[in-house]
Amino acid sequence: MSSQTPLVTSLIAERFGGAVENLGFAHGIHAFSAPPEAIVELCRFLKEHPALRFDFLSDICGVDHHPEKPRYEAVYHLYSLPNKWRVRIKSRLGDPPRIASVTSVWRTANWHEREAWDMYGIRFTGHPDLRRIYMWEGFEGFPQRKDFPLRGYRDKLNPFGAEGQPPTQPDLATRDIP
Amino acid sequence: MTEVTELSRPEGETTAIKEVLLNLGPQHPSTHGVLRLVLELEGEYVARVDPHIGYLHRGTEKLAESFTYTQIFPLTDRLDYLCPPSNNLAFALAVEKLLGIEAPIRAQYIRVLMAELARISGHLLITGALPMDLGAMTALLYAMREREMIMDLLEMISGARMHTSFCRVGGVREDLPDGFFPKIREFCEIFPNRIRDYERLVENNRVFLKRTQGIGMISAQDGIDLGLSGPNLRASGVDWDIRRDEPYEIYDRLEFNVITRDEGDCYARWQCRVEEMRESIRIIEQCLDQMPNGPFQIDMPTIAFPVDKDRVHCSMEALIQHFDLAAYGFQVPKGEVYSAIEAPKGELGFYIISDGSEKPFRMKVRAPSFVNLQALFGVSNARYLADMIAVLGSLDPVMAEVDK
Repeated sequence: MSSQTPLVTSLIAERFGGAVENLGFAHGIHAFSAPPEAIVELCRFLKEHPALRFDFLSDICGVDHHPEKPRYEAVYHLYSLPNKWRVRIKSRLGDPPRIASVTSVWRTANWHEREAWDMYGIRFTGHPDLRRIYMWEGFEGFPQRKDFPLRGYRDKLNPFGAEGQPPTQPDLATRDIP
Repeated sequence: MTEVTELSRPEGETTAIKEVLLNLGPQHPSTHGVLRLVLELEGEYVARVDPHIGYLHRGTEKLAESFTYTQIFPLTDRLDYLCPPSNNLAFALAVEKLLGIEAPIRAQYIRVLMAELARISGHLLITGALPMDLGAMTALLYAMREREMIMDLLEMISGARMHTSFCRVGGVREDLPDGFFPKIREFCEIFPNRIRDYERLVENNRVFLKRTQGIGMISAQDGIDLGLSGPNLRASGVDWDIRRDEPYEIYDRLEFNVITRDEGDCYARWQCRVEEMRESIRIIEQCLDQMPNGPFQIDMPTIAFPVDKDRVHCSMEALIQHFDLAAYGFQVPKGEVYSAIEAPKGELGFYIISDGSEKPFRMKVRAPSFVNLQALFGVSNARYLADMIAVLGSLDPVMAEVDK
């Protein structure tokens, strides 16, 4: 497990310089922080480099760090089937959150990104079909954001919800964030 | 409907057929839960498929943010409800990594034993349900008979048949009950012959073979690209099992084979699971042989509930400890962890961010069924509506886990 540390770190530092920050090795995973502009390039590099070959995308996950700034984060977990290594890439996003889609690198990213959009409103540019996946079409708000009440907002179907109106935001993926 | 995939169409087929839009589900017995497939049909051919999920969305991840770590165990039970002990184990391991502790060896054996029982129970359902989807009812009834035995064993250990919630951070809830060993030995003796029965029910069944062999092919390359894991990926020839490659608990002390098949069709996926049940029985027998004596819970009063319940009734300190843990939970050091196990459906990962409090700041479940279901877009050689049913059944999604 620990033998991967120097290799991954040095190769990334060589290719990306200071843009990709090394967050260290903990609990069997090496973590990096990358700017959102570099995410596709970094993923493609990790996947295709013959010494690394992170060919399996385990997971994409959105995080809301409210009230910290920058508020949002997209977290990628990759696995290398030949080397049996894991790596985590974190990317902090401003408001409104926006990051390039990695569906061109892995097809499995499709639903993960749709989930992050649905729950956190992270907009993945270049995604072929960014629709809600769990919530229904026309649902207002992004339910896993920290400022979204646990029981939702009160309306005729939800008498136990919190007072107030959900923050309006463009719901349809086809419409652009203002 | 934009997210669509062109499925293969027989070559040379040029006749113009009017397209029909068909809603398969959400209430349909062969969707194994509340899955809705919007199918665009050209006659009997499936031109496009668009799965709609979320009918069972309970917001497990959002709920977990307001629960203490011990309270989250029952939530994990309800992810893949066919094998709750695996889910418990995955979550417990993630929290233990954050805390930097390890459960006592006996507890690890008990957990692995239960996880393998759960694997058999999960695989049994698909072993029977896939033939049933394709019209052979008998296999399911036989599979249910054996599943009942596993339910009885789980009930004996934990008192619950389905939602066991038996793991705790730092161990398990209780020790194994008296009289458990003869019971499970009996099961281990009977079961391998029963597996042979299922195979015999199916392997000469020409209808079943015609509808699964060479249908719904997924190549190894496509499988990895689509994020498939577990038996679904191993049926495409990828030799990857987290139990062997990143051993957790005591799997490195056990001997077992990783089952792979090269065909990558529906039948290979079915076969893989049947073979895996045999390996699980081997693992269970080794667990029973090697089961050490000792504590079943870590000796840390700040994390584990008092073992001796009589003390709670008589001693002030034990009562306070119990109350404190139940009411407020325990604090977990700041940090983040991603911990994955080989659940019956594939890679089940828990990504937990802790801010140092009693509740997780963020908990993400990497649900294998959710990712596996996406492979509906990647199959080839499934051009009929009837093939779609076979593919769906062989991918074995559990909708509770898909929808979280």
